[in-house]
Amino acid sequence: MAARTRYAPDRGLTVRMTATMFLLGLVFVAFVAAIIGIGTAYHASDAAIVLFAVVIGGGFAIGSLFYSDKIALRTAGAREVTPQEAPELHGIVDRLCALADMPKPRVAIAHSNMPNAFATGRNADHAVLCVTDDLMRRLTPEELEGVIAHEMSHVAHKDVQVMTAASFLAIIAALLIRVAFYGELFGGGGGRGRGGNNQNAAIVMLVLMAVSIVVYAVSFVLIRLLSRYRELSADRSGALLTGRPSALKSALVKVSGDIGRIPTNDLRTAKPMNAFFFAPAMHLAPKGSLAAIFSTHPSLERRLAELDKVQQQLSRTAG
Amino acid sequence: MGFLDTLLGRTKPVQPKLDDLFALPSAAVTLDAGAGFKPTGSGSVCFRPVEGRSFSDVQKEIQELLDMSSGKEGGLPVEVTKDSYGFTWLVSSRMSDELDALVTDLHAVNSSLVDAGFGPQLLCTLVAFKDDQERRLALVYLFKRGTFYPFAPLTGERRDNALELQVKGTIGDDLKFEPDLARWFPVWGAPGL
Repeated sequence: MAARTRYAPDRGLTVRMTATMFLLGLVFVAFVAAIIGIGTAYHASDAAIVLFAVVIGGGFAIGSLFYSDKIALRTAGAREVTPQEAPELHGIVDRLCALADMPKPRVAIAHSNMPNAFATGRNADHAVLCVTDDLMRRLTPEELEGVIAHEMSHVAHKDVQVMTAASFLAIIAALLIRVAFYGELFGGGGGRGRGGNNQNAAIVMLVLMAVSIVVYAVSFVLIRLLSRYRELSADRSGALLTGRPSALKSALVKVSGDIGRIPTNDLRTAKPMNAFFFAPAMHLAPKGSLAAIFSTHPSLERRLAELDKVQQQLSRTAG
Repeated sequence: MGFLDTLLGRTKPVQPKLDDLFALPSAAVTLDAGAGFKPTGSGSVCFRPVEGRSFSDVQKEIQELLDMSSGKEGGLPVEVTKDSYGFTWLVSSRMSDELDALVTDLHAVNSSLVDAGFGPQLLCTLVAFKDDQERRLALVYLFKRGTFYPFAPLTGERRDNALELQVKGTIGDDLKFEPDLARWFPVWGAPGL
């Protein structure tokens, strides 16, 4: 149906996301090249260490992907609910799934004093959608629907898989830093034969550590950037699905404002899960600040501005 | 959704499938013969309104179009209701033996929305049936899947699953039924039912 569509993708967002992923790929290639370079330059067999890191890192990534729904539900203290227990919530999800032609995710409610929501699971068939009871109390049904549409867009975009794949590199780099660090500590006194070999191994470890630190830092910033773009595109798809960008906007304003007012003590417990949340459990970083570069979510102003674009796109008269 | 779309985090809105709706009249005959359910003559289209002038213009046009056609043939005017989930229902009421005309009405709404570029906003179409014991039944058409499912509400928010499955068996191949039972979502209090 190419005839007329009001749902054209946002080209700017696509270009920026492609660039980010290209850079991540570039870092990956540079990392591999550096490791091979170190290996050949020092005739050292760091292959075993790297292989070890890849296996452990890969196992960790696949494990967290596979059990992401169970881990997230456990961490959030959420409980799955039946349609009888939460008819309105299930009704919203049912209708959005029929509109978007998606399988229905499992629905869970977490008992929390923070208004928030997340969706996770390794694919659409194993997805679980969770909202906090506080979110349901504070938002109107339209706003709640906007938030749920945002979360379901995360499922449709396979964001859990994409972000797991993207952070794979950082996981390996982090593991190598640790391995190299301990190698440096204990490698010197180990049962190696000659002194020359020992020194050589020490240098290899140092270089490996330096490379890993740089890779970790760069990929960390890139992953956060990617995460912010994924949030923006989930906002966009969610608003297009419900046809009500304004409801999502008012939900964002409410939720961000409310989260800012909550004392930080409670928030610390929720921090590890920020990447999957609708709005992160900390003050949204102001635009242009250093914190904004490390933030998993875009600033509130940015999200509202992008939703304005959707609104204009939808109200344009046809033809 | 393709690999590239996944990578770039974009969704293509799903366009509705309209044509399978015309299988309804012949399936209704089978349903009457097999289970004793007759059409009540009312049917409705459910869609998601979009913010802004553009959509309200389209909606007004559709309403005028349907009012005109039903007025000519002595039918009732089209009724517009909003449900608690923020969806709009256009209910068309005909005589109970005019199922063909009803389906044409419903199709007019669908194609007007699609022509205006709002096809992805269509949720479902519902045609109501009743038997001698006044049991209510609806055949719901899912636009995005191009499939039907039966919905038989009881008092309270309970549904008669046995009847629904019986209807599916009775009609059999005359209609394309939704194979995934998880997508037979309830439409409690749907207008026109």
